[in-house]
Amino acid sequence: MTETMRDRFARVATDLLDSDPRLAIVVAEISAKLFGAAAARHPDRVINVGIREELMIAVAGGMALTGLRPIAHSYAPFLVERPFEQLKLDLGHQAVGAVLVSIGGSYDATFEGRTHQSPGDVALLDSLRGWTICVPGHPDEAETHLRAAAAADGRVYIRLSTQQNRAPHPVVPGRFLVMQRGSRAAVVAAGPMLDAVLEATHGLDVTVLYATTIRPFDAATLRETVVEPEVVLVEPYLAGTSSSEVARVLIDRRHRVLALGVTDTELRRYGTPADHERAHALDAAGIRSRIERFIGLPQPARLATAI
Amino acid sequence: MSVATLGYGDLPALLGRLTGDEKHSPSAHSTLDVLWVLYDRVLRVSPAFADDPARDRFLLSKGHGPMAYYAVLAAKGFIPVDELDRFGDFDSRLGYHPDHVLIPGVEISSGSLGHGLGLGVGMVLGLRALGLTQPRVVVLVGDAELDEASNHEAIHFAGARGLGALTAVVIDNHSRSYPLERGLGGLFEVAGWDVREVSGRDHAALQSALTATSRRRPSCVVAAVEPAR
Repeated sequence: MTETMRDRFARVATDLLDSDPRLAIVVAEISAKLFGAAAARHPDRVINVGIREELMIAVAGGMALTGLRPIAHSYAPFLVERPFEQLKLDLGHQAVGAVLVSIGGSYDATFEGRTHQSPGDVALLDSLRGWTICVPGHPDEAETHLRAAAAADGRVYIRLSTQQNRAPHPVVPGRFLVMQRGSRAAVVAAGPMLDAVLEATHGLDVTVLYATTIRPFDAATLRETVVEPEVVLVEPYLAGTSSSEVARVLIDRRHRVLALGVTDTELRRYGTPADHERAHALDAAGIRSRIERFIGLPQPARLATAI
Repeated sequence: MSVATLGYGDLPALLGRLTGDEKHSPSAHSTLDVLWVLYDRVLRVSPAFADDPARDRFLLSKGHGPMAYYAVLAAKGFIPVDELDRFGDFDSRLGYHPDHVLIPGVEISSGSLGHGLGLGVGMVLGLRALGLTQPRVVVLVGDAELDEASNHEAIHFAGARGLGALTAVVIDNHSRSYPLERGLGGLFEVAGWDVREVSGRDHAALQSALTATSRRRPSCVVAAVEPAR
């Protein structure tokens, strides 16, 4: 069985605790067992607060105020949504840094339902401004972002998922990776959406940018690579989360944006993540048909006959 | 440059500079005596070592009505007395809720109720991880503030972990709408804290209660003052 992003996170964070006396881990039961070895070696720097998410973030804030660099970790809804005021006040308003590492994303937890799904996490954190937000698409990329975040000082959110691309790419924190160049549009694929986007854009004359850091938004790379000012965002969370960033980057050009992402946040369906991808039209077929329509290509005949 | 510090008797005048009101009796400020005793007799804090990692930490969780806090900070030389005249001005460092980024000696920015105890728990754990076992973390909360559930996460965790460096001072001015079956102290007792109940106006009793800590269990001092009007 291949290593998940979550497993990689636990392994690398445990290593980092050994080498960096400034680091601490704060969890609220979830994943506590994954940090058992780390807790045995560093009982003062691996803290499980029980099922108390507000306290988890407050403790991270208090530890940061003494000079430590805390890493808080839970399912995305319990890390971002439930203790949101603690993120705003106990970290942001106290002017201290921390690393948040979430699992679950938008629809990893398809059997669990809405309570364990957090498609709004990136938009919510973005409303606080100043957060670095990372969306790795592979365990190797998760490790790259985790190591960078641990060594930094600011507020960083790393969004892990069981949805991942087949292969890692040589990502650089803060930058979009140029996967292919074309002229009709620039397609920005965030994290785990890359494989579906590459399949969807196969044979299309479009640029594909791979974003694993979505905030700050890499304006320079988008400006350098966009030819026709047509931008497609494909994000594995709330559709439109990055639309305002594109508007800011291209403020001096008449442009259009197609923002793909999670649409129906109250789907009330179970099944698999692949089912949910299809439901939000985030599978390769759904992405391709909407890109073709957006850039004005005739729709494939099979769609016409199917109707 | 050394800053001349002022005494308890100077506090009414300092409060007057904040409010523009000539007459100020200490009883109009529920936290004044507790703050004075903490800064004058209990906490190891001083403008001379405001950034010393081994200093004690005082966290004003109940950030409302910080006039008494500012008056004590000014009396102890953390902020210039003249600055009190500009309380709430656009370019003043002194807002209606304290901001630790702006004000020397202020450890946390507060205002929204229910954040101080959690931050205090994190500070105790952070200090311990840094090998600093001497500093105490004292958090002032209001009785009604304890309605906020975030406090209960912190109270029960601190009790279970035996965070002896943590002290909660509850200013009881009877401002809560609903009574507590076992009283304010009971909230802490059931979570494994040492509880002492004293008059929030009796300096000697406050000093004694705030100094007597077991270091194996967190301590709570319930300081009763006149009911809020």
